Amino acid sequence: MALLELRGIAKHFGAIEALKGVDLSLEPGEVLGLMGDNGAGKSTLVKIIAGNFPPSEGEIQLDGKACNFHKPVDARAEGIEVVYQDLALCDNLTAAANVFLGREAKKKVGPLKILDYQAMYARAAELFAELKSETRPRDLVKQMSGGQRQAVAIARTRLSDAKLVLMDEPTAAISVRQVAEVLDLIRRLRDQGIAIILISHRMPDVFAVCSHIAVLRRGRKVAEKPIAESSPEEVTGLITGAIQAA
Amino acid sequence: MSTQTGIAIEEVTGLSERTLFQRTLANQAFWVTVAVGLICLATAYETPTFATLGNFFNITRNFAAIGIMAMGMTAVIITGGIDLSVGSVMALTAIGAARVLEAGYPWWAGCLTGLVLGLLAGGVSGALIAYVRLPPFVVTLGMLSIARSLAIVLSENRVIYQLGPGGETFKAIGGGQITLPWFGDATLALSNLFLTLLVLAMIVSFTLKWTAWGRYIFAIGGNENAARLTGIPVDRIKLQVYMFSGLTAAIAAVMLAGWQGSASNGMGKGYELYVIAATVIGGANLMGGQGSVYGAFIGAALIFLIRNSLIMFGVDANWYDLFVGLFIIFAVLLERIRARTSG
Repeated sequence: MALLELRGIAKHFGAIEALKGVDLSLEPGEVLGLMGDNGAGKSTLVKIIAGNFPPSEGEIQLDGKACNFHKPVDARAEGIEVVYQDLALCDNLTAAANVFLGREAKKKVGPLKILDYQAMYARAAELFAELKSETRPRDLVKQMSGGQRQAVAIARTRLSDAKLVLMDEPTAAISVRQVAEVLDLIRRLRDQGIAIILISHRMPDVFAVCSHIAVLRRGRKVAEKPIAESSPEEVTGLITGAIQAA
Repeated sequence: MSTQTGIAIEEVTGLSERTLFQRTLANQAFWVTVAVGLICLATAYETPTFATLGNFFNITRNFAAIGIMAMGMTAVIITGGIDLSVGSVMALTAIGAARVLEAGYPWWAGCLTGLVLGLLAGGVSGALIAYVRLPPFVVTLGMLSIARSLAIVLSENRVIYQLGPGGETFKAIGGGQITLPWFGDATLALSNLFLTLLVLAMIVSFTLKWTAWGRYIFAIGGNENAARLTGIPVDRIKLQVYMFSGLTAAIAAVMLAGWQGSASNGMGKGYELYVIAATVIGGANLMGGQGSVYGAFIGAALIFLIRNSLIMFGVDANWYDLFVGLFIIFAVLLERIRARTSG
C-alpha cells in the first residue's frame, strides 16, 4: 500500500491555476525527486502536503486514510515533516533548542514543569550522531555552516516517528562539500524507511539520491517514473516542454 | 573532516566553543557591571556620603521602579517588539488605584484596580500587535497618548492624596522597608520597591531560562516565521508579553504612589526612555532574540547611578538626560561592533 496518495489535486489562487489534477503516489523508503521550472507548482504542491493550505480540489491519503490538514502542525501530527527552503531555524538559539522547538522535553520539579536541558542535549547529540553530522547540540545556529544548519533542520524531522519528509531545495545555497553532506543525510533518512520528496533544481543531486522522479510543468504532472528509466536529458526536455510527457 | 586541511582549520577555529572567560568579555552586561563598579568607586572617593548604607537604600529604592518595568520591557524586546506606553500606563494605573481608595474602598481593591488596568492597557496594545498585526512602535505610541489622557481625565486634573481608610496600608506597601542586621550595630534597610524588583527579577529570570514560554519568546524574536511553523502559539505569547509589560508598569506605579503617598497624572512622564535605556544598555537587542534579566537590572542601576553621581559631583542635574542618551547610543554602538567582529 502506498504511504502517500494524491488524487486529482488542484489549487486555484483567484484566477490563477497553480495545480491541475495532480496524482502522485509514494512508497515507504522511496525518494521522489520533484522537478519543474519556476512557477511549475512544486512549492504549492509541497505546501498542500505539509498543511500550509488545503487543495481546492482532490484528496490526500496517508496510509490509506483521507487527510484534511489546516495547519502545518496537523500534518506533523500525522508524521509529515518539512525541511523548509529557508530552514526555519532560530539563529539565536542552540542547535538542540532548534531541534526541539515547539516540542521541548520537560521534567517535573515539584509542582513545576521545567525544560529538561540534559535530555534535550543528549537526544540532539544522538540525532546528530545518527546523521553522522559534526554539529554540536550546544552551539548557536548563528555560528554554523550551511551544511550544519541543514543537519539541524533534518535532525528536527527525526525527533518524532516521521513517515514522510518534504525537502524544499536543501542544496540550493550551500558549498559543494556541504551538498555532499546533505545528500548523505538524505540517504540515511531513506535507509531508515522514511519516504522523502526532494524538490530541487539541481539535476545531479536528484540523480544521485532519488529512486523516482516526477516532473511538473505549468501545474500539471507530465511524468512520474523510476529514475533508472529516465535521464537528465529527458528530464530537462520534460521541464522545458521540449518533450510533452513521459 | 579534520583530516582535510585548509577548510578544517577555519572551521575548527570558527566553531570552537568559547571559554567562560571569552563569553564574559563579550557580554555587555559584564561591562555595564564594570562601569557601575567604577562609577561607585569614583563617587565614593570624591564624596564620603556616597558609600553609606543610607545612600544604598536610597539608590536601590530609586532605580527599583525603572528596574521593575525593565523586566516587562525585556520580555517585550526579546520578542522583537517595543512598549513605549509604560510611563503613561503608570499614571493611568496609579490614578485608577488612587481614585478607588479615595472613594473609600479597602487597600486591596485599590491595588487590584491598578494591576487590572495595567493588564488591560497591555492587553489592548498586545491584541492589536498580535492579532491585527500592527507595528508595536505605532500601537504603543498610541497607547502612550491614550493612557496619559485617560489618567488626566480620571484624576479630574488634580493630585490625589486623600487615600481614604485603605490609604495607610497602601502607603505601607509602597513606602515600607525591611531592616536586616548588618555588621555590628549597623542595619541594612531595603525598600519594599527594591525587594519587589529582586523577587520579580528572580521569577522572570527563571521563566526565561527554564520554561517553554521563555524559550518561545526568544524563538519569536529570533525567527517569528520559524516559530509559527513549529506550532508555537506566537500570537498568544505576544499578547501575553505586552500584558506582562503593562502589569510591571502597574506594579511600579502602585508602589511608587504608595511611597509618595499620592498619585499624580504626571507620574512616569518620560520613563519609557529610562526603561528602554536600561534594557538596551544591559544588552537586549532591539531587533529581538536577545536580552537578559541581569542586563536590564544592572542597566537600570547604571542610569540611576549616573544621576546620583552627577548630583554628588555638583553637576547641574539638567545634564542628566544627555548622559542617558549617550549611554543608549553607546550601547547600541557596542552591539553593532560585537555583531561585526563575531559575525
